[in-house]
Amino acid sequence: MKNLWILIHKYNAFFLFILFFGLSCYLVVKNNTFQRASAVNSSNYFVGTVYAWVNGWKSYLHLSESNTRLAEENASLREQLQRFTHADSVERVTVVDSARQVQYNYIVARVTNNSIHQKNNYITIDKGRKHGIRKGMGVIGAKGIVGIVLNVSEHFSTIQSLLHSESRISASLEDSQAFGSLVWGDSYDARYAALRDIPNHVKVRDGERVYTSGYSLFPPGIEIGKVAGSGSSGGDSFLDIRVELSTPFHNLLQVYVVEDVFAEEKAALEALTDKDG
Amino acid sequence: MAKLLLYNIIRFVALVVLQVFLFKNVGYYNLATPFPYILFILLLPVGIGNFTLYAIAFATGLVVDAFYDTPGINAAAAVALAWGRIIFMRITLQTDNYESYMTPAWGTVPFRWFFLYVLVLSLFHHGVLFLLETFTFHQFHYTLIRILLSCIFTVIIILLFSLLFYRKKQR
Repeated sequence: MKNLWILIHKYNAFFLFILFFGLSCYLVVKNNTFQRASAVNSSNYFVGTVYAWVNGWKSYLHLSESNTRLAEENASLREQLQRFTHADSVERVTVVDSARQVQYNYIVARVTNNSIHQKNNYITIDKGRKHGIRKGMGVIGAKGIVGIVLNVSEHFSTIQSLLHSESRISASLEDSQAFGSLVWGDSYDARYAALRDIPNHVKVRDGERVYTSGYSLFPPGIEIGKVAGSGSSGGDSFLDIRVELSTPFHNLLQVYVVEDVFAEEKAALEALTDKDG
Repeated sequence: MAKLLLYNIIRFVALVVLQVFLFKNVGYYNLATPFPYILFILLLPVGIGNFTLYAIAFATGLVVDAFYDTPGINAAAAVALAWGRIIFMRITLQTDNYESYMTPAWGTVPFRWFFLYVLVLSLFHHGVLFLLETFTFHQFHYTLIRILLSCIFTVIIILLFSLLFYRKKQR
């Protein structure tokens, strides 16, 4: 105790300074609102920092537990996300064909699956029955026709691609307006198809454009491709025309499903003819 | 001795009155505000007891604070100044070389020592004062500029005072 007093006496300048300075600071903090506020705030900040620090260490103890919880949460979030990423909205573009008074609706769809290297190629799109797609509708791309809707589920549709051995589309030539059937047939090249059933007497030039005829489920005048070569198959009365397809099947991203508003009416009418025939 | 006390009382009154009525209104915007009242604490006799020194400094600071409406800030700075004065004197003076009641004023002590004494201690005082006043290290460079400019201002005024009351060493 005596030593303590000696120490204090020896360094009395410092201890007295602490005493008086502390007193002054007490006055400062007590009587000045700004200093009081900042002192309280900074003490809160200090306390908060210490708490954060302690919590940072404590969290290590619960690491595995929280990892499990996070993994579970991730799983449930993924599930929810899946529900949201499926685009439910449908864009419809209605084209009024004023000349024929025929309405075609176009339903925008995204290609989710595609193949070009099979004998029978199919495309899957992300729109289905819910969005108004029915079996047998035509599908076109930005540059040409794509195929025909084959099967429809609630949210998806499969399309029988033009690159399918069974695909037949009514097509006409630009100059002569002669119409025939466009088939992919035995070709294995995604860029070419064949136009059949064009009579021998029709003059065909290379580079002539080929359009949909309007006799099938596609609106008339949609480009299919252009003639890449023609010749008569031996002994036949029909020309064998090679058509270079304008649709880039290898990088198909977005397609439009063509809804023919009068398709049912037309089909019903044609069915009557069939009965009679 | 009584004369010394009288001188100090007069100095106290004069400097505090000048401080609170004149220098409070003098300043270069908010950047340089002089506090020449610290000259009173600087000129207290060399051999004054530590406790007395602190008590006087504290009281002086409080009086100035009362006029500045900032309770405690000037008192704290004055107390810090007193501490700095004790340290400075312990380092630079051999106390037995000087009479214990000597006033460390220009004329009694060499000018170089006096100048350094005023400069260092007013810097210390102003540093404590402005830091306590702003009470934050936010925009510290601004506070630093305030400290430096005010310090220069104060030192110039103190030197002018000293020149005004310059008296040759009486031996």
